[in-house]
Amino acid sequence: MAEITSIGDAVSELVADGSSIALEGFTHLIPMAAGHEIIRQGRRDLTLIRLTPDLIYDQMIGMGCARKVVFSWGGNPGVGSLHRFRDAVENGYPQPLELEEHSHAGMAARYVAGASGLPFAVLRGYLGSDLARHTRVATVTCPFTGEDLMAVPALNPDVTVVHAQQADRQGNVGMWGITGVQKEAVLAARASIVTVEEIVDRLEAGGPNHVVLPSWAVTAVALAPGGSYPSYAMGFSVRDNAFYTAWDDISRDRDRFSSWMALHVMGDAP
Amino acid sequence: MTTYTSDEMMTVTAARQLRNGQVCFVGIGLPSEAANLARLTHAPGVVLVYESGTIGTRPEVLPLSIGDGELAEHADVVVSVPEIFAYWLQAGRVDIGFLSAAQIDRFANLNSTVIGRYEDPTVRLPGAGGAPEIASSAAEVIVMLRHSERAMVPSVDFITSVGFGRSGEGRERHRGAGPTLVITDLGVLRPDPEDHELTLVATHPGIEVGTVRNATGWDLRVAVESTVSEPPTPAELEVLRALKAKTVAAHASPNPFALRT
Repeated sequence: MAEITSIGDAVSELVADGSSIALEGFTHLIPMAAGHEIIRQGRRDLTLIRLTPDLIYDQMIGMGCARKVVFSWGGNPGVGSLHRFRDAVENGYPQPLELEEHSHAGMAARYVAGASGLPFAVLRGYLGSDLARHTRVATVTCPFTGEDLMAVPALNPDVTVVHAQQADRQGNVGMWGITGVQKEAVLAARASIVTVEEIVDRLEAGGPNHVVLPSWAVTAVALAPGGSYPSYAMGFSVRDNAFYTAWDDISRDRDRFSSWMALHVMGDAP
Repeated sequence: MTTYTSDEMMTVTAARQLRNGQVCFVGIGLPSEAANLARLTHAPGVVLVYESGTIGTRPEVLPLSIGDGELAEHADVVVSVPEIFAYWLQAGRVDIGFLSAAQIDRFANLNSTVIGRYEDPTVRLPGAGGAPEIASSAAEVIVMLRHSERAMVPSVDFITSVGFGRSGEGRERHRGAGPTLVITDLGVLRPDPEDHELTLVATHPGIEVGTVRNATGWDLRVAVESTVSEPPTPAELEVLRALKAKTVAAHASPNPFALRT
């Protein structure tokens, strides 16, 4: 059964220095509050896994939490670059960052393999792409048809962190709308933290594509209303596209980024 | 005579390629704008699919990101990311892949990964996203990008998504036919049917062939039957401008849910 706890306790118990962690959420339901807690607790040498690093990994990289990123698209969607991510890759600031880079289809298949208890997944992917020479993939031959296919290794994060709309008092989790790879990422992980908008007596489907994670498949649940801002939780908030645009300027300059994080995330007095 | 920008000319030309009933896997940015213009004008029955798992979506404003709530709220169905790539794209249910990229080369290979060496890049670009499998598996691919010598290069530094490979060898290993059209703000290019090298088949009104060749990083060939694009109609421009104005207003408005500013 999932333990209903606080974000602070969940992070301190489950996320250790050197862990591989996946904070998932495809544009929607990005677990920003949990990411900020990991930054505040000063975790180091993390391997950060996520299809789209987005603002949360930009912040974690800029604050020196990350040793490696496993990803498939590292930009600020519709706006431009992730400047802290780029500064780490291009200039090694604040520290060098190892990359393991895939396509979305490959990352999705890797989580499916991880959730399924399989060592690898098979897909028709990476064909003709130079990515195949720079990442962890291998060709396998179908034993039935002889077709050559691409194999990608399973992803099994130490901890997966996601944000959802609801949990009930037993710790069953409900989410809806764009649910990305969260179900697979939670089931692939050794432990999981789910932050939620609200804790209710009974789960209710509030929108399309309702996904339920039973309490016994989740490690910890913590209440965090607005915990995906400036991402969003369908039925509770809308994406703050103006903030995503504003992040381009905030993150471009190292000092401005540090001041912003000190004020808004670390809680330092201005 | 109606005045319009070169970007509007590009978007309208791209939108005109889509037809009712086609299933179109849409990239964010220029392709999303063109695909939605098609849906709001001559092709209300085009099925738009985004990699966030939204199928048959009819957004009222253009999404800033591929997973905006706007896409989920107006979709026929929302599925997971593993499902969109496996059951819908890989299985061959997509007619048109609609992509953009930082660079394209003479054999229509796309680069959205790095400028320079992979290990020590001059510019780190966002990366692959869904594009490699869209380029491989969609029945055909339409590419949109702005024309410049930096964007239209002889050979991309990194093939993120394959067109016809390093030497134009073809696509025997792929399910899809690959890029069939490249639409820029200056004109339209098609791969030559024999050697697959991108060839100029149309210039936009008022654009000289020499201008397009000068903005291309290789010695661009011009098709014998090269034409001039039809300019945007007032109706097309009206719909496009209204859509963009609504989008700008929606993205700029203060968020009532903002916890911090």
